[in-house]
Amino acid sequence: MELHELTITQTHQGLLEKKFSAVELTKAFLARIEKENKNIFAFLIITPDLALSQAEKVDNWISQKKDIPLLAGIPLAVKDAILVEKIKATSGSKILENYIAPYDATCIKKLKGLGAIILGKTNMDEFAMGASTEYSGFFTSKNPYNLNRVPGGSSGGSAAAVAADLCCYALGSDTGGSIRQPASFCGIVGLKPTYGAVSRYGLVAFASSLEQIGLLAKTAEDAQIVFEAISGKDPFDSTSVKRSEVRPPLFSGGRTSDRFRIGLPKEYFVEGLDPEVEKIIKKAIKKFEELGARIEEISLPRTKYAIPVYYLICTSEASANLARYDGIKYGLSTENRKQKTENNLLDVYLRARAKGFGREVKRRIILGTYALSAGYYDAFYLKAQKVRTLIIKDFARAFEKVDVIFTPTTPSPAFKIGEKITDPLSMYLSDVFTVSVNLAGLPAVSVPCGFVGNLPVGLQIIGRHFEENSILEIAKIYESSRSSH
Amino acid sequence: MIKQQEVKHIAKLARIKLTASEIKKFQKDLSSILDYFELLKEVDVSRVEPTFHSTEHFLKNKLNIMREDKAESQLVEDVATLIKAAPERKNGYVKVKSVF
Repeated sequence: MELHELTITQTHQGLLEKKFSAVELTKAFLARIEKENKNIFAFLIITPDLALSQAEKVDNWISQKKDIPLLAGIPLAVKDAILVEKIKATSGSKILENYIAPYDATCIKKLKGLGAIILGKTNMDEFAMGASTEYSGFFTSKNPYNLNRVPGGSSGGSAAAVAADLCCYALGSDTGGSIRQPASFCGIVGLKPTYGAVSRYGLVAFASSLEQIGLLAKTAEDAQIVFEAISGKDPFDSTSVKRSEVRPPLFSGGRTSDRFRIGLPKEYFVEGLDPEVEKIIKKAIKKFEELGARIEEISLPRTKYAIPVYYLICTSEASANLARYDGIKYGLSTENRKQKTENNLLDVYLRARAKGFGREVKRRIILGTYALSAGYYDAFYLKAQKVRTLIIKDFARAFEKVDVIFTPTTPSPAFKIGEKITDPLSMYLSDVFTVSVNLAGLPAVSVPCGFVGNLPVGLQIIGRHFEENSILEIAKIYESSRSSH
Repeated sequence: MIKQQEVKHIAKLARIKLTASEIKKFQKDLSSILDYFELLKEVDVSRVEPTFHSTEHFLKNKLNIMREDKAESQLVEDVATLIKAAPERKNGYVKVKSVF
């Protein structure tokens, strides 16, 4: 097996047995990025100096016979919405084109401490608003399985980088499906943890009540290792919770108990779901039946309201969060030193934001401003927050009957570049199976489960709050049942 | 269909200068999105509380997270780094246009 194809544990083993050094491994990945990124367009910024200095440190640990952490020397890619000290952080936006992060996000600080190797920052839809990377302020990333298709989004660069073996794993963020949908489109594992399980300190804010830092990896085991490393309480994020809130798995050791119950929400198996995708998902479900799980049909009756509720809440929160881009504190300014064109403060705001934000970001800020404005607040924003309560109750009721919920991650495989770009509503509707999880703050993982033609399909496994260990165990059981054939 | 005048008003509240063609485009986009959102009208929420924090009911520790109202000291270098991020600066301060 080539170096770039190894999982985290395989790489760790190779480093311990001195089959290769961390510097050799890092150079192999950097060379691969150099060669492949011009086809995939996964990375916005490559950080060889940072990567190699970390690799040298890890090689020193190894030569001093220190007990090295599992993630030491393992190369990763980081979504550009997550801050890495002294490295550019654009969040996919022209308004932050030259912004240099003044500090490390908490998850980065933790990973650096463990000796992780950051290869670079990955492309994304501007401020994580999008499902394809086509709304990136810079370029569109390509799906490694078919270069005419999108990799999904917003963490599309991270997903493409993992799928094309340009890194061992990647960090992403998921506000309405931004980790799970690209993971599904690119045939890899994507974990969106419970709201609060991972600190969001150092994540460029979009919709604070919905978004969560998570990860994209090649296997469920790798996902579990990275989740373990980045989760936990952080004094800099008051919504983050102690690791003791995260529950031990309901079962382990590669077998589920006989009383293990899987729920299939009937609202997710309806018209609009690609019949080929449905066939593959049903086959995966059958596999679990053979393994002894009990399959039950359940109902999440408010599913059809999830998209309007989600878009009202996320745009409202975005309009408030993105007010910080004023052309004064940091980021782009239209101020011209020679020609003093702006008359007053308001002009500075109007011009910097007009020039710096892309079309989708403007559309969402304006939609959110509308939903929060006088006369509309009760009818739109408050109403959405109330329906959100009902959606959470639907899940709570379902989880009394079943242990996990299975759904397709997306209604169809990766779409063509350009296919949905002109119709914002059709782009929003592609999030139909992922947004409810964010509204309810639940953990969910997308696991590859087959192909339509050459395009990957993902199975979404949703767990109760703080039961990431259980959904990842199930994903592991599924992976080993597939590889044994 | 929402009015062009309304789009202009909202854009001003959002502090974004829109071109004439953007106003037309957003008028169309917002109208179709808002029409779709009408779907929520059929939901009865008369006795439902809004959710602002999705997981608070599921936490063992449901208390609000507070910290002492005390300023932490900052390294001079950290402050300098933050000031350096501002496009317009003067004597270690961020330079701002006059309000009026």
